[in-house]
Formats: sequence, C-alpha cells, structure tokens
Amino acid sequence: MTEQDKTPPLAEPVVVRRRNWLPSLIWFIPIVAALVGIALVARILMERGPEVVLTFKTAEGLEAGKTAVKYKDVQIGTVQTIRLASDRSHVRVQVQLTKEAKSFTAEDTRFWVVRPRLDTSGISGLGTLLSGAYIGADAGSSSETVSEFTGLEAPPIVTRDASGKQFLLRARDVGSLGIGSPVYFRRIKVGQLAAYELDADGRGVTLRVFVNAPYDKFVGANTRFWHASGLDVELNASGVKLRTQSLATIVLGGIAFQAPDDAMGPTAQENTIFALAQDETTAMKQPDGPSQTLLLYFNQSLRGLSPGAVVDFRGVEIGEVKSIGVEFDRLANQFRMPVLIQVYPDRLRRDIGDGPGESRYTQLDRLKFLVDKGLRAQLRTGNLLTGQIYVALDFFPRAAPVKVDITQNPIELPTVPSGLEEIQAQLGDIARKLNKVPFDEIGRDLRKTLGTLNKTLVGAEQLAASLKNDVSPEMTAAMKDVRKTLNNADKTLADDSPLQQDMRQTLQEVTRAANSLRILTDYLERHPESLLRGKPEDKKQ
Amino acid sequence: MTAPRGIETAAELGLLSCPHCGTVWREAADGEPCARCGTRMHRRKPHSIQRTWAYLIAACIMYLPANLLPVMITKSLLGSQYDTILSGVIYFWVSGAYGLAAIIFIASFLVPLFKLSALILLAVLAQRHSDWRQLERARLYHMLEIIGRWSMLDVFVVSLLAGLVRIQGFAEISAGVGIAAFGAVVVLTMMASLSFDPRLSWDSRNTIPAEEHERNMPNKEQGA
Repeated sequence: MTEQDKTPPLAEPVVVRRRNWLPSLIWFIPIVAALVGIALVARILMERGPEVVLTFKTAEGLEAGKTAVKYKDVQIGTVQTIRLASDRSHVRVQVQLTKEAKSFTAEDTRFWVVRPRLDTSGISGLGTLLSGAYIGADAGSSSETVSEFTGLEAPPIVTRDASGKQFLLRARDVGSLGIGSPVYFRRIKVGQLAAYELDADGRGVTLRVFVNAPYDKFVGANTRFWHASGLDVELNASGVKLRTQSLATIVLGGIAFQAPDDAMGPTAQENTIFALAQDETTAMKQPDGPSQTLLLYFNQSLRGLSPGAVVDFRGVEIGEVKSIGVEFDRLANQFRMPVLIQVYPDRLRRDIGDGPGESRYTQLDRLKFLVDKGLRAQLRTGNLLTGQIYVALDFFPRAAPVKVDITQNPIELPTVPSGLEEIQAQLGDIARKLNKVPFDEIGRDLRKTLGTLNKTLVGAEQLAASLKNDVSPEMTAAMKDVRKTLNNADKTLADDSPLQQDMRQTLQEVTRAANSLRILTDYLERHPESLLRGKPEDKKQ
Repeated sequence: MTAPRGIETAAELGLLSCPHCGTVWREAADGEPCARCGTRMHRRKPHSIQRTWAYLIAACIMYLPANLLPVMITKSLLGSQYDTILSGVIYFWVSGAYGLAAIIFIASFLVPLFKLSALILLAVLAQRHSDWRQLERARLYHMLEIIGRWSMLDVFVVSLLAGLVRIQGFAEISAGVGIAAFGAVVVLTMMASLSFDPRLSWDSRNTIPAEEHERNMPNKEQGA
C-alpha cells in the first residue's frame, strides 16, 4: 500500500518527448486501411475497360451481373444491366469490358449470344446448357471505335481469326443448303457456307463459302463447285451407281469442289466468283461458251413441248427450248407456232472437232452454210408414254432449199415437219386420191361384168354337164379296153410265160453260137493259112 | 442522464484501480505501475479517444470494400459466381429463406454498421464531455462488447465453406477480397471498442477535468 511519492516534474520531461509521436503511431492504422482501400479501388478501376452497349432481339439466357462476355473462352467482360429499348423492339445490354479487351470496341467487332443451338452444322454451345448463355465476341480490326454494337442473332460461321479464304458462288437457288453447310474437297470437309443472299435483281443467289487453310490452296481458277446435296443416282449400262459425299449431306446438303482433270490452275484469290452447278456432271462439263438464240416456226401442234425441253443434234444435247407461243401470220393467213431455242454452238463445234481454222468463218456464216447443207429443225417424240417431244436439229439433204436471213435477230432456222407428221400428210394424200376414184361407176360396170360372167359360167356349166353325160361313158369303155390290153401285156411278159422261155433258150443258143465263133476266130488267127489249105492235121494225116 | 448525480467517481476521490489485477490504490499518480502486478495504472485509458478514432476511421474505410467486393467466389459446373454480402442476402431473401437472409443481414451488415455508428457516437460524445444520456451510453457500450464477438459469423461461414467445398471441377468455394476487408472491419471495430474507455462517458464538463489530465498526462506505456 505504500506509494513512492514520485514527483511528477521528474518524470515529465522524459515523457514529453515521446508523447509527441507515440500516439500518432496509431494513425498508421487508418492510413494503412486507406491505402488498402485505395489500392483495391485502384485495382478495380484499372481492370475496368471500356463500357459498351449491345443490342439484341432478345435477352434470353442473359443475366445482369452474371453473364460473361468471352473471347476464345476467356472472359473479357460482364453484362452489367439489361434494359428494354424505348421502342421495345430490342434489348440493350450494357457490358463492362476488361482492360485488355479494349480492342473489342473496334467498329467491326461482332457480338452474339452463345446458346445451345441445333443447326445444320451440328449441335453447338452445349456447354452453355449448364453454365448458361454467354456472349461471344469476335474482335474487329477497324481503327474506329464505337460504344454501341448490334448483336448478331446467330454466331458467325467464320471468325476473324480463322485462316482461310472466302469465295463467292453464284447459283440459281440455295437448294437444301443452309448456313454452316459443309464444303467438301475429295470428301474431306474443308470449309462451310458462311452466308448467302439473294441478288439485288432477285435472279439468283450469291453464296459465301469459307474454305479453311490449308485447303484453300486447292481452290484454283479452274475449280468447279457443285451441290453435293442428297443422292446422285445414275443408271447406266453397267448398273446403278449411287453417289453421295457423306451421310450428312443427304440430310443437310453440302457443296463440293474440284478442278476437272485436277488441273486447277493458279490458286484463286479471295472473293473469287465461281458458278455453283447443280451436280457434279454439270460442273465438270466444259463451259458452254456463248449461246445463240434461234427462232423456229412450226405448223403443227406443240403439245408435249415445254420450255426447257432439249434441243439435240443426233442425240447430243446442244441447247434448250426457251419459250413457245402462237402467232398469226398475216401474209400466209394462218397460225404458226414460234419456238425460241437457245443453242450452244460450242457444244456442237466440240463434237464436230473444229480445227484451228475456225476463225475464218463467223458464227452466222457457219450457220448459213449448215442450213444450205440441209440443217433443219424438227419436232420429235422423246417419250411415247408421256408424249414429251423435243426439238431435233438434223440434216435433211432433200429438204427444199431455204434462204437464211442472218440479219434477223433472232435468226430463223427453217423447220421440217416431223416424221409422224409426214406420214400423216402422206396418208392424207392417199385418202384424197382414193376419194377421187369413181367407185359408183366401177360398181355399176362391175355388176354388168358380173352378170355377163354369170352367163358365161352358166354356159360353162352346161358344157360341163354335156361333157359329163356324153363323153364319160365312152371314156369308161376306153379305159376298160386299155386295162385289158395292159393285162395281156402283163401276162405276156411274166417269167413263166412261153415267150420268156423261148427267149431264154434262144439266147442260150446265141451264146453257144458265139463261143463256137470265138474258137473259130482264135484258130484262124493262129492258122490263117487254114482258110486256104484247111486243117494241117488233115494234111499230116 | 440522471445517472451519477451524487455519486463520487474514483477519480474524484483520488483513487486509481489497476486494470489488470483490480487493486485500488489511493493517491496513485497516473501512469504509475501497480505495486502488485506492475501494470501501469491510469485514471483513464491514455489517448483513448484518439486511438478509438484511428481504429474507427480505418474500420469505416474497410467497411466499403467489405460490402462492395465479393466475399465468396463459388466456382461450379454452372459457372462461377461472385457473391458480396448483400447479394447473398438478396439471394436468400428472393429464394424465400427469409430467416437466413435476416440472420446474415443482421450479423454481417447491421451489426458492424451498428458498432461503427455506436462507437462514433460514443467517441464524439466522450470527446465533447457531453453528459447526454450517460447511462444509456454505458449500456450501449456494454451491448457493443456483447454483440461484437458475433460479427465474425460471415468470416467463419466463408472460411468453413472454402475449406469444405473443394470438389475439383464440380464446385469450389474460395474466399474473396471482401471477406478480408470484412474481417478487418470486425477486428478494427473490436480494437476500437477496446481502446475506448467507457469511463469517459461519465466524464462531463462538470466533473473533474479529466481531459486536462489525459491531455497532459505522461504516457509511458506503449504496449497496451
């Protein structure tokens, strides 16, 4: 309990010095806290990149504060707020990008929402089933920056970092192709259809295909593209051939390309325009060259002929029918059927095998020459069952010569009636001639003749009857006599008849006589003198 | 406010108690060590207001990141989620767990806020030697000490979850920067309430010029 009574003045001076700075040490704590806070804020601010607004048709799957913006699966931003546009036509998604995503404000940057998607190229975005949708980005290269973007409704097929080349294909229609349809080269998938659009005039479509590197170098100037969709069934003498690129193309369609004879030529530049053929055969055909429109006038029914029908030359397809019609010819005062056809002279020339001297004649000269040689158009039946007919060009050397007016456009090519038509005409002629025959008079004459004939016949009949009555009994008697005579002859000639035996005896006698004669002659030969002298034995004796 | 009328304070009587062993000394000088345990004795905690303010300001600064930054990062198959304290509260509230939302809201948001504001109030009033509602102020301080220990609830939850939920690839919970700030807030407010001398609440302008003492008092202790 005892306290040392220290005098405050003693202790004071020691302490005063310390007092000035010691308590202030405690202020380091808020200073440190402030520094930490500032550091945190600074870090957050430093990490903040630009803020952009994306507009989408729908905010399906997007969530404010959660949905990420990703590029190559790296998060480059977060959706901050989602608001409806004032006119309610779209949603405005405010996105906070990170600092390193600064380049994503380039004007041509594209944003789209990645959702699970089932389309022609397969299933994509399956991962987002669990994690929820996110916004995909494809950085642009423009130097202009903007803060508002219109989001794509579907992910782009080709992102900017993809290496390869884009080509344009012109086609009549899209067929069964869709965005993402595969492009095949030797049945390897080398690219896909990136986009297609209707031409401004609505007469065709332009397809944009992307061929990935390194396959893009196989697209050359001569390369042909064709629809590889579905099945290609070919029936020929060797049987049925079924061709398809891959199973997927049967359902989804696709495009294939290749150069004919693998001579692809120089590698094609980006955005080169190619034609898209309907099938491989068409694609591999040599180009048709310029076409020539010809006008044909037929004087017969065109039933069975439709635009698109074949124009052929001895079985080779050289063109097609463009249009058919009917018009009234005032001069001839009759209807005639104009048919416009389009032929590709190159196809014909190739078949003829024209030499290098072709430049001497113009197309028209050649046509004139051919017509002079008898080239005519004719309608022929292509299919007896359906009655389809086609236009055939052929040479009819006996056809009447026709002058071709080559100044006309289109040039009129003379026609000849079809084979069937000709037969019909001939039959008509025959009928007409038959008509002219005076069958009535002939009939009357004939009847008269027949009456006379009848009489004649009656006479003949009487004659025959008299013959029968008068002549035949005599004949019978004569025949009986003949038979008797023959019987007698027969008896006479029989083996055992006396005549025969007499004959035989006579003949034997003759034989004997002949023998004696031979002996005599032999003797005479040896002894010819005996004729004069007689037998020598007689002498000797 | 009507609390200490007629009650003589120890300071008025010249008594000093040892903060460690509780021995009361008569006529002891401020800053003198206790003869029994050697702890230095002060009539009032030295620089109490100043320290309290320092801790309070630091806590206030940390309170902002504690509430703005994510405290828990949940990475699962469904993506990663950054939760701040309030977003967690909102999540629970929206999903119908009102009780849980209320608990988290009170323990993690209201309590630190209450502590901060209460301490600021106490410190301001003590500094101005106000005799306004002195009894309530004393009770308030008492209450602060009681609830102070509960405010670490969030930190515990997060650290537990971060330790437990660690299924590679499926779900992973890790602590965010916010929880560190939050822990700092809790620690700093506790320090603030510790360094605050509740006896200051009873010192008013009419009573002993304790202020003078405190201002001029030699302070040899550093440790505290």
